[in-house]
Amino acid sequence: MSSRRDFLRCALAGGAAVAGAAASPAVQARGNAEISPDAVGLLFDATLCIGCKACVAACKTANNLPVDINTTPDSPWDVPLDTTARTFNVIKVYKDGKATLKDTEQGGYAFMKSSCLHCVDPSCVSACPVSAMLKDPVTGIVSYDKDACIGCRYCVAACPFGIPKYDYDSPTGAIGKCQLCRHRMKDGHYAACAEVCPTGATLYGKVSDLKVEAQRRLALKPGETTVYPRGNLTTGDQPSWEGAVPAYVQHVYGEKEVGGTQMMKLAAVPFDKLGHKPLPERSFSSRSETLQHTLYGGLALPVVALGVMTFLAKRNMPKDDDSTGQHSDKREGGQ
Amino acid sequence: MSAHVHAAPAPVGGRLLNAVSFVCAVLILSAFAILALRFWGGLGAVTNLNDGYPWGIWVVGDVVIGSAFACGGFSVAMLVYIFNKGEYHPLVRPALLASLFGYSLAGAGVIFDLGRYWNFWHILWPGYASPNSVMFEVAACISLYILVMWLEFSPTFFEKFGWTNAQRKVGRAMFFLIGLGTVLPMMHQSSLGSMLIVFGTQLHPLWQTMALPAIYLISAITLGYAVVLFESCVAAAGYRRSIEMHLLTPLSKVMLGMLGVYLALRFGDLIVRGAIATAFEPTLQAFMFWLESIAFVLPLRILGSPAKRANPANLFTGGAVLMIAGILLRVNSYLVGYQTGDGWSYFPSIPEMMVTFGMFAIEVLAYIVITRRFPVLPREDHAPAGQAA
Ligand code: SF4
Ligand code: SF4
Ligand code: SF4
Repeated sequence: MSSRRDFLRCALAGGAAVAGAAASPAVQARGNAEISPDAVGLLFDATLCIGCKACVAACKTANNLPVDINTTPDSPWDVPLDTTARTFNVIKVYKDGKATLKDTEQGGYAFMKSSCLHCVDPSCVSACPVSAMLKDPVTGIVSYDKDACIGCRYCVAACPFGIPKYDYDSPTGAIGKCQLCRHRMKDGHYAACAEVCPTGATLYGKVSDLKVEAQRRLALKPGETTVYPRGNLTTGDQPSWEGAVPAYVQHVYGEKEVGGTQMMKLAAVPFDKLGHKPLPERSFSSRSETLQHTLYGGLALPVVALGVMTFLAKRNMPKDDDSTGQHSDKREGGQ
Repeated sequence: MSAHVHAAPAPVGGRLLNAVSFVCAVLILSAFAILALRFWGGLGAVTNLNDGYPWGIWVVGDVVIGSAFACGGFSVAMLVYIFNKGEYHPLVRPALLASLFGYSLAGAGVIFDLGRYWNFWHILWPGYASPNSVMFEVAACISLYILVMWLEFSPTFFEKFGWTNAQRKVGRAMFFLIGLGTVLPMMHQSSLGSMLIVFGTQLHPLWQTMALPAIYLISAITLGYAVVLFESCVAAAGYRRSIEMHLLTPLSKVMLGMLGVYLALRFGDLIVRGAIATAFEPTLQAFMFWLESIAFVLPLRILGSPAKRANPANLFTGGAVLMIAGILLRVNSYLVGYQTGDGWSYFPSIPEMMVTFGMFAIEVLAYIVITRRFPVLPREDHAPAGQAA
């Protein structure tokens, strides 16, 4: 009787210890990762996007991507409905009712760019077990290395924006995702999508500059005229133009979401209508890693547990027990 | 525990070729045929996986559920050696055997699901391995645990082949193997829950909680006992042996104790987080949550009184219902509660299910072959012929 109570007490204590460790505000809690001062990224202003898809085509060319016929079986066009392993960038459209007025929530329409947001504290990097997803400590670009990847697709499952995609049609499928054209940077180029954007709706630059620009636009009065830079905001490589200020939603999407992203977005239609659900400010990777480090940091907990378990097993095990069998002296021969 | 004297394990004997092994063989062959297609044409050729549901039944069924079912060995060994309940000793070998195959196959099964399987070793290779990843932790622990289990089980083979020297050597290290064999599954079973934390708001609040590691761990231990009940009843029926009621009845009580701890934790967490309110919304997730909860509570009724626990049919049903509960918790948290939005959906394809059945068939077949030819189950005094191995 008493031993059963002992067992339950032990079990309860063990459960409580694990639960406690899991729930306690972590000994080695880690907050959101900090952004690098030299981080680069994109600012996408949905009100400037005219849906020409020059960026979609440029992305394909810049990344050497094959056609991707995934619309519907009977309309054989290379017009993917979403990003895929062969399409890293698409322009999606929001529409309501007759869809007559641009950047209007009711009865209107609006464009939205879908590509990797280069999170400051990315879930994909935290999830990847083989460091195939890596965040550059200086530029903050989230890169993918297909030679390291094991194709487990944890990154696909983890990304809160549904960005990394896997090629299910290939026997040696790999992940496809925007890497901010990092391969074009050594010869002075930057993100192809921003380079070709005729209106500056997709703007490249240092994140710190892009943030200032985003705040500047939100502070303007609708109807006023203002200057819109194009191409690379930080170097000012392309001529800017003048245009009217739209009625922005007062929110820079990506400034705070999941600890911030290096691609920020402005729009005149609420972001949840544009496929961007509200997200908390605490990054999911910081929650996950805090939990892991609490349980396994320095392997202290497992080593202590192993010590206790080994001690108990040694104490409770009779000398002649080979664990799975019987006391050898009790065996009636035969073998 | 030396106070307990049990019949030594002995091979059950009997024919290996029968209807069950034939069905298993057919299932295994079809699974291999489908896998050939998968390696030829890619994952899309046989599965319904997509970018909204990149993980399907091969991960959730074969690994997440399969390894939890394989916790019998760990749960019973813990009872016997850690909590010094020597009377359960005869259950150790059969439970360990089932665990061994459950885990080894989960480990092998991962390979078919990996898109770039030839790189699989990266996960344990310095320079590639990423200790921040929960999956790294799961992979490292499971690989090590499979090794530990084969060592823990090796005396069975040594005994059969009469390699007393090897048997003695492993026997001397056994206490350490048992220690490892307890800590490693605790680590990775809890991590199978932690894997979901990084999914953030993509996972429904009924399942997304920092208590996931504890929920997964405690339910896995409880499931371990449920599987032992289930499997002992099936083995007894299949081999026409007597059911070890004197062991299973008290074991079922231990299981209920763990189940109580589990339910307190699960519902306590939901209430503390305020997530319980979402269980009353008219959603598929809420419905599945209640189904899961009912399956967890039912065994308390089925096995609630000493009289009920003394009935083998109840032990079998209680174990089976709890196994369903464990499946539901895992399917719900990995698939039903996982919402990527954008109209993605997933239901396993027939070929996908056939592979999972094939894996299960390998386990059953291996169990039959090994228990018939190797000393696993306790010797029955008036057992039928075929003892001589
Ligand atoms: S958007 Fe997704 S893929 Fe891109 S960095 Fe963030 S988590 Fe990774
Ligand atoms: S699929 Fe590749 S990149 Fe993504 S998490 Fe797995 S190993 Fe990393
Ligand atoms: S940065 Fe480059 S890869 Fe990314 S969306 Fe733009 S063009 Fe495509």
